[in-house]
Amino acid sequence: MPEPLPTFTSKTHASTSSRAEVSRSIPRSHRLIARISNADRKDQWFRHTLHIAGLIVLCLVIAIFLTLIVGSIPSFRATGIHFFWGKVWDPVTEVFGALPFLAGTLLTSFLALFISLPFSLSIAIFLGEYFPPGKGKNRMAGVVREAVELIAGIPSVIYGFWGLFVLVPLVRQLEMKWHVLPYGVGIFTASLILALMIIPYAASLGREIIHMVPAELKEAAYSLGATRWEVIRHVVLPYARTGILAGILLSLGRALGETMAVTMVIGNTSALPKNIFSPGNTLASVIANEFTEAASNVYLSALIELGLVLFLVTTLIHLIGKRIIKQFST
Amino acid sequence: MERPILEVKHFHAWFGTHEVVKNVNLTLHRNEVVAVMGPSGCGKTTFLRCINRMHELTPEARTEGQILLEGEDIYRMSPIMLRLRVGMVFQRPNPFPHMTIYENVLAGYLLNNIKLSRSDKDAIVEDALRKAALWEEVKNNLKKKGTFLSGGQQQRLCIARAIAMKPDLLLLDEPTSALDPISTAGIEELLQELKKNYTLIIVTHNMQQAARVSDETAFFYMGELVEFAPTRQLFTAPKDQRTQNYITGRFS
Amino acid sequence: MHLNSIKHIRRRQLISASIRGIVLFFTVLTLLPLVYILIYIIKQGIGAINWSFFVQLPRPVGEAGGGIANALVGSVLIVCVATLMAVPIGISSALYLSEHPQGRLANVIRFCVEVLTGIPSIVVGIVAYDWLVKPMGSFSAFSGSVALAIMMLPIMIRSAEETLKRFPTHLREASLALGVPYYKTIMKVLLPCSLSGVLSGIILSVARIVGETAPLLFTAFGNPYLSFHIFHPMHSLPLLIYNYAISPYDSWHQLAWGAALVLLCWILLLNILTRMIIRKWSVRY
Repeated sequence: MPEPLPTFTSKTHASTSSRAEVSRSIPRSHRLIARISNADRKDQWFRHTLHIAGLIVLCLVIAIFLTLIVGSIPSFRATGIHFFWGKVWDPVTEVFGALPFLAGTLLTSFLALFISLPFSLSIAIFLGEYFPPGKGKNRMAGVVREAVELIAGIPSVIYGFWGLFVLVPLVRQLEMKWHVLPYGVGIFTASLILALMIIPYAASLGREIIHMVPAELKEAAYSLGATRWEVIRHVVLPYARTGILAGILLSLGRALGETMAVTMVIGNTSALPKNIFSPGNTLASVIANEFTEAASNVYLSALIELGLVLFLVTTLIHLIGKRIIKQFST
Repeated sequence: MERPILEVKHFHAWFGTHEVVKNVNLTLHRNEVVAVMGPSGCGKTTFLRCINRMHELTPEARTEGQILLEGEDIYRMSPIMLRLRVGMVFQRPNPFPHMTIYENVLAGYLLNNIKLSRSDKDAIVEDALRKAALWEEVKNNLKKKGTFLSGGQQQRLCIARAIAMKPDLLLLDEPTSALDPISTAGIEELLQELKKNYTLIIVTHNMQQAARVSDETAFFYMGELVEFAPTRQLFTAPKDQRTQNYITGRFS
Repeated sequence: MHLNSIKHIRRRQLISASIRGIVLFFTVLTLLPLVYILIYIIKQGIGAINWSFFVQLPRPVGEAGGGIANALVGSVLIVCVATLMAVPIGISSALYLSEHPQGRLANVIRFCVEVLTGIPSIVVGIVAYDWLVKPMGSFSAFSGSVALAIMMLPIMIRSAEETLKRFPTHLREASLALGVPYYKTIMKVLLPCSLSGVLSGIILSVARIVGETAPLLFTAFGNPYLSFHIFHPMHSLPLLIYNYAISPYDSWHQLAWGAALVLLCWILLLNILTRMIIRKWSVRY
């Protein structure tokens, strides 16, 4: 059967009909040669483009860091290290102390973590151990997983909105019952909403971590006659301990940086909180509230310095958490 | 006498500091079939990959010596030009999962932006699939994805993809090692057919396969080309003791 | 023997079963308020939604009715511009990372992506303010887009790298052995094969940032009027929800609930889209 002659075969080669000549004519067509000599250059360009995109990401992080540092300089010049334990934040007299916000941030985050832990751990065990995916058709687990994922996607501002209209009146009633000042808003309310927000995140992290426990270990325990709970208690949880710790750290990082929901229910007071029911402010919420109002340079710079502190703390916690998880998974 | 299609002169290849191919000399003429055999790790696959410069994908790889394709040094050519002229079939069938059977056969043209008319495309596809003995099985399913085929069919599709480029030389790297016995038999039959029109180099760890399909056989051992001779001679009267040991099964 | 006594085994089984019950109980208990949030928003929001809600501007305080057209348009615009900025950088750097699984620079970049993932959104807002709003002298939708793009990048890069990394070597070799240049191998084989993963990563990153408010507070700022000018202040759904939620007016609360429902539906739709793409277009290797 005759060889099909590609149309772009150059005339000189087409005249000869041996198989070898035809075959050679394909790669040697003039247009192709031109394109091939271009290919090397294009390859180089392409590699450079990818390289540059990677460098942009690197520069972005450096630039963000530098921006925050440079922005903080005026405040640091004015207040110095005293910034971190100054109890008074008064923009009018330009006295800037971050202690109320540091306290508010730590209080809300740790309280939220504390509240959410039993719940998120339950869901994690539920999804990771009792109803893992891909084991028959587990409608129940599927529904729970989907619900958790859907809820994890609800924007922070909507949580805040809901908290403002549902949680705040509820807390106010509780506070009246407990005979504390019934603000409704405050650190306690913020912690509740934060707890609700980190549960889905923490639960799906925990589920992944529990999944990483090797099946052989669990089977070994089962083969010795252990019950489900004993396997969880003596094999799964001890094995996953460091991973769960990392999950807690990552959730903490989330809680520390959370802005909108907290801003909406914390009461926005720059005084040092007296107890967990008093209104307060977190690093993030004070920035959200006051940034556009900051009239003077030092005021703005003080807010940026709060941002820098927030950035450093959350990033550090996040990186440590990720590092632990990475080590745990290998 | 016709100019040899492939000449390998004092060829060495390294991965880092490890010399994988040592001083290979070899000459190959048009329409010959050479089988390259040897125990695993003997450098036969590396040698094959050096012929169309696929070894360059490994960052540490380095070579010395010359490989001439029709008198041209392949290391002075553009690797792209070289690979257009030297086709390759791999151990594992690797049709492109995002392309149909039709597109898979034409992949070399499509991916290189070579414009073809509709009728040329059809002709190339039919011709290549016929030569790869796959036409009858797939002619009604050309628009299906290539990955729906069986392993043996996929490998024949890959052979069709390579010969659609009308290569001067076709390299096959253990083309049947990932296939079941029946598919293997099919591919071997196909190789017998391909012999008539193509120059082939087949790497195989299977001696019977080497004996069945090749005109000449090269025996590699520890990176050295121990013996290169007409297949019948190599299997009946090997000159080297190591070849003798290997074909009588006294190695490893 | 004590270990084998039926009683002992029964007791252990009972403990196990009750713990199972407790876990189940806690799970349901957790889901209740979370599901309640969803239901509450739907209940509150559905009443606000009608045709004029989508096409009209908010009315001044005291007048009933009005809509959120300005915020809707603003959100779409801001997110689109952010996506346009983030996609080329994100996908290219994901390609760089997947092509250099070991390199030192790649590891540094991976570290940076991790840092970006952990940055609080409010800090991104500060940075975008410093970079764009301050020098340009005005709040602008564009600066909001930049802030959102920064937030999208790490999500996009990580999910794209994850997909691209899975591309098998043997297919890459198949392409290169056909004489296809490197860049074409990437553009015509690797990317099309990974399309479903890359695309769903992009959509996922959009879904994560449509509801972001904090980065927009001092960038896009908000605007009571309809604006298409990306260098002027612009409204967006999350900003509107925030502003109206903390306002004392009932009619504005109504609008905010409606906007919250729209935002949720938008996010839900994007999530469904992601799943459909993964299911329909995934390439098996």
